[in-house]
Amino acid sequence: MSASVTRGELEDFLFLEAALLDNWQLDEWLALFVEGARYFIPPAGADDDADPATSLFYVADDYHRLCERVKRLKKRTAHAEFPRSRCRRMVSNVRLLGGADERFKVTSNFVTWRSKLGVTNTFFGHHLYEMTRIDGQLRILSKKTFLDQDDIREQGKVSIIP
Amino acid sequence: MTASPSALLDDDRARGVFRVARRAFTDPVILARERAAIFDQCWLYLGHESEIEKPGDYLTRKVAGRDIIFTRGKDGAVRAFFNTCPHRGALVCREAAGNGAMFRCFYHSWAFDLEGKLVNRPGDEAYGEGTRKGGMHDLVRVPRLEQYRGLYFVHYQAAGDDLKTYLGGALEYIDLVLDQSETAMEIVGGTQAYGFDANWKLLCENSFDGYHGLPTHVSYFDYVKSKPGSLVEVAIKGRAFDLGNGHAVVQYTAPWGRPVAQTVPAWGEEAAREVAAIKARLVARFGAERAERMATTNRNLLIFPNFVINDIMAVTFRTFYPQAPDKQEVNAWALAPREESPAMRELRLFNFLEFLGPGGFATPDDCEALALCQRGYGSLAGAGWNDISKGYLSDEPQVDDEAQMRAFWREWHRRVSEQPA
Ligand code: FES
Ligand SMILES: [Fe+2]
Repeated sequence: MSASVTRGELEDFLFLEAALLDNWQLDEWLALFVEGARYFIPPAGADDDADPATSLFYVADDYHRLCERVKRLKKRTAHAEFPRSRCRRMVSNVRLLGGADERFKVTSNFVTWRSKLGVTNTFFGHHLYEMTRIDGQLRILSKKTFLDQDDIREQGKVSIIP
Repeated sequence: MTASPSALLDDDRARGVFRVARRAFTDPVILARERAAIFDQCWLYLGHESEIEKPGDYLTRKVAGRDIIFTRGKDGAVRAFFNTCPHRGALVCREAAGNGAMFRCFYHSWAFDLEGKLVNRPGDEAYGEGTRKGGMHDLVRVPRLEQYRGLYFVHYQAAGDDLKTYLGGALEYIDLVLDQSETAMEIVGGTQAYGFDANWKLLCENSFDGYHGLPTHVSYFDYVKSKPGSLVEVAIKGRAFDLGNGHAVVQYTAPWGRPVAQTVPAWGEEAAREVAAIKARLVARFGAERAERMATTNRNLLIFPNFVINDIMAVTFRTFYPQAPDKQEVNAWALAPREESPAMRELRLFNFLEFLGPGGFATPDDCEALALCQRGYGSLAGAGWNDISKGYLSDEPQVDDEAQMRAFWREWHRRVSEQPA
């Protein structure tokens, strides 16, 4: 592992991220991203090199839309998430894939359970992050969430941040 | 006249009342009638020519419960087979899409060429002459496969109206969408495969429900208003039309940007010039009136029973099939003119994702609304009717009326009430 970041530090960061989402602390979650960050969810089963210009993603947010996604999710008019679903995220297999000059590529595996109105759905997959360090703190430059199931027929929608 | 308890439809012009029995959304007997009287008797959308462009391209897709192989042969001809082995039934092709020269069933290794002919199997000499006649060991073709301008449909009966006759009044509206390209429209970026915990007919209604747009999707409009110049000063205003055969459409103006062809300030000056050029080409090709209609009106079109073409801030195709009265599988696609510039394509996909699909700012809330409707039908013994009366007595039903749904329901009712053959 590179000398400039340890797995322990990455895990602390990613576990904190998961806890913020579990607790619906979405503003605090957004603050983990740098201004200008991007956020993506490629179609279920996509390869790591999937490109939103040639593949129909579920989410391909620029920073403005990411901020608006958070703002929307906090409203009672985001009907799919009102009342809020109950979620729990498990994050593991954290690995540093490479990096230099305080820019890191990081991956983790996840399982997220979402429960609402008597229905529980599972999302599983892996995240790919590009991170940097600002004033000593890790921050996200881009996040891609790959859903590794074949399709999302059972889940129907990705109304949460998985 | 008051509807009898066993009636499925309460259609009474004298009172301006149109209601659908909620049993239509819950009863397995009704679903069985739908399978026999609708899905086995109508033209069903299978796929688009751009999805199997080159010889040897294939894809697999479920259409009304049947697994289908949709493929282009070495001869360039497009064919559709039931994806089931003539030997003992196994699913032959297990890939979502690809390109190849043959399909091989792994169970006993029978192999078929792209025309469906059995070309190879272990122990072939042990089969008698009688088994070699009439193609009985070939892949079975769907009874009918026809296309209209690159849109392929299947029909599970050998006889009946051809596709163009069936599409009838909907052709005019399909043309308005396909004519957006000077070359051809193409599917962009694959299939969105998702599902709803709700009866399939709820999505028929929802796909062209102009009444729900503002209340359900207020958070989408909040978002677009957050970006200065994302909307123009145009009201959501238009009409609903019954196109016959159960097909119907709403056509209306709206404030959002349309790559073909209504620009918004937020897209910038370069895009504005490009959109103006696109519109000028439409005028040159089709005249001012039709060009204006194509550029600035939106269309939510339902081809009976379950093929939706929405020409809104982006173009989407959608089909959906019941797995149970309260469960459906949805396939959705994005379409675009093949010749579109990369910049315009980017704006189109950005538009698509902010409204449509499982991660959009609108579709998940539709999904929620439909599941809540379905949940409400748990009370059907006491509260047994859905209301679809809005605008019934109007001579010019509006986009936020429900005439388009009444057109669907009347055809649905005619078909499910026919005596089983
Ligand atoms: S079932 Fe296909 S070869 Fe036997
Ligand atoms: Fe909607």
